[in-house]
Amino acid sequence: MTAVTTPPKKQAQRGRPGQSSPKLAYLPIIFLAFAIGVPLLIIVVYSFLEKPSQGTGVKWVFTLENYKALFIQEKLDGTTALDTRYIKVLWTSFYYSLLTTVVTLALSIPVAMWIATRDARKRNLLVALVTLPFWISILIRTYGMRQIVADEGPIGKFLGIFNIEWSILYSPPATILGLIYVFLPFMILPIYASAERFDFRLAEAAYDLGAKRMTVVRRVILPSIRPGVISGIALVFIPALGSFLQSDMLGGGKTNMVANVIANNFGQARNWPFGSALAVLLIVLTLLFVLIMQGAAQRRGDKVELV
Amino acid sequence: MSHTQTSSRKRGKLVNLRNFPGFKPTAWFVLFFLYSPLLYVVIYSFNSSRIGAVWESFSVKWYFRVFENTDIQRALKNSLQVGLVATILSTTLAVMAALGLLRMQRAGKAVAMALIGAPLIIAEIVLAVGTLGLFIAVGVPLGKVGLMVAHTAFCIPFALLPIRARLSQLDMAPFEAASDLGANERQILRRITLPLLAPAIFAGALLAFAISIDDFITSFFVAGPGATTLPVYIFGMIRSTVTPEVNAISTLLLLFSGSVLIGSYLIQRKRR
Repeated sequence: MTAVTTPPKKQAQRGRPGQSSPKLAYLPIIFLAFAIGVPLLIIVVYSFLEKPSQGTGVKWVFTLENYKALFIQEKLDGTTALDTRYIKVLWTSFYYSLLTTVVTLALSIPVAMWIATRDARKRNLLVALVTLPFWISILIRTYGMRQIVADEGPIGKFLGIFNIEWSILYSPPATILGLIYVFLPFMILPIYASAERFDFRLAEAAYDLGAKRMTVVRRVILPSIRPGVISGIALVFIPALGSFLQSDMLGGGKTNMVANVIANNFGQARNWPFGSALAVLLIVLTLLFVLIMQGAAQRRGDKVELV
Repeated sequence: MSHTQTSSRKRGKLVNLRNFPGFKPTAWFVLFFLYSPLLYVVIYSFNSSRIGAVWESFSVKWYFRVFENTDIQRALKNSLQVGLVATILSTTLAVMAALGLLRMQRAGKAVAMALIGAPLIIAEIVLAVGTLGLFIAVGVPLGKVGLMVAHTAFCIPFALLPIRARLSQLDMAPFEAASDLGANERQILRRITLPLLAPAIFAGALLAFAISIDDFITSFFVAGPGATTLPVYIFGMIRSTVTPEVNAISTLLLLFSGSVLIGSYLIQRKRR
């Protein structure tokens, strides 16, 4: 019982009236090669170069030191030791993103299912309400969240009545809460898109044929919304892994994620080559995740578009 | 497809498979969760107190403060200029890419799709510092022009999404008819393809504009001191402290996003 949406039939590749010449795509491709391709290439190249003794930028000398420095620390007396700082940063990023994905998924399935089962009028309104935050600046949304979770914010004031201490701002829970808050609509919408297409008469048929309620959920409903779930996981986990603002504004710089360390190396720390090596590592991890998700989608026979 | 049969009667009791226990409260909780920070920002923008979290009395003085602040005006101007140029360029390039890709060979298409998909998959911070490296390497001064180039690049995939979706749904009959009646490629493009794609191009442009106006990380690295955009300016204001002035700017921006959305919704409904 798998949900398979077959891709539409390939159209004839050439000669169709109204289909413009492929030359039309040359200009956008050249532009993107310059503005997207070259920057990525530069990061890869910089990660193998030395840091200049003064100022920013790079010195054109090949080295593998930047990658070594991700894991190994060279002490002043010349001995080396395992450096766990950056492994911890990577683990933190991975762990926060995973937690964000799990919580948003757990919240989104009921919400998406509930919206999908309302009547058309109400459904449109609810979808608009879930979509609206997408159009609002992430900076402002994170800033609003900071005021909500602040010690003297509404939650703190409310708990203060019962003499319960509330102090999570500038700590990991605040960062994770911020990530959940910002990325929640990215999970709800694709799951809703799948749930909306689900014909609930199938669930009723399964029930009438003797399946228990939970069996219906597990064997009929969940497989049908799986493409949405897979898209949602990708749409939440990938940006969360590279997120910058939430850990900066809510974690208070104490809970660094990869993006914060990369930004710092291109900013105050002035170590572009090392920042580049970290960026390359982030790219590799992201692509690895994309491959895993695509593999999972293909094995199930679902057609999931990650791009 | 009628949905009249909503429940099954079995084992003596009526079971509604569309209403699971807990779904409704979860949905309301999530909506409350999504909107309470925004509501808080709006309410506290009318607070006269300088200390953000303490309610003193109703006041619109922070709005006056915003309108008097020339730095904010300059930042807004920069944001709008960059946003408009990036929207026009990225939407134009996205239309060209969407049409050209239809008949492109496999290898070329794969390269194009990788470049288009990159900004959606790769963390923005990586592209931002890479773009900084590029601009310094080729001598593009950090400022508005560089920002426009960078924004155009990462807006293309977003502008492309609705255009590609619409293109794949188009009915081929009008194209064949036009071709049979002797229209050439250029005429078909101008008289049929573009009008049919118009709503999707509009949606793509709107998406691109929203993405550009909202952008923080790339602008933070590439803007340089002279071309500070609104998000970069706001970030500087709120990094350490809470200022009620930012609540006022945020409320104005919420109003702006809301009216653009409602406006576009009305335009699209009118077209139908």
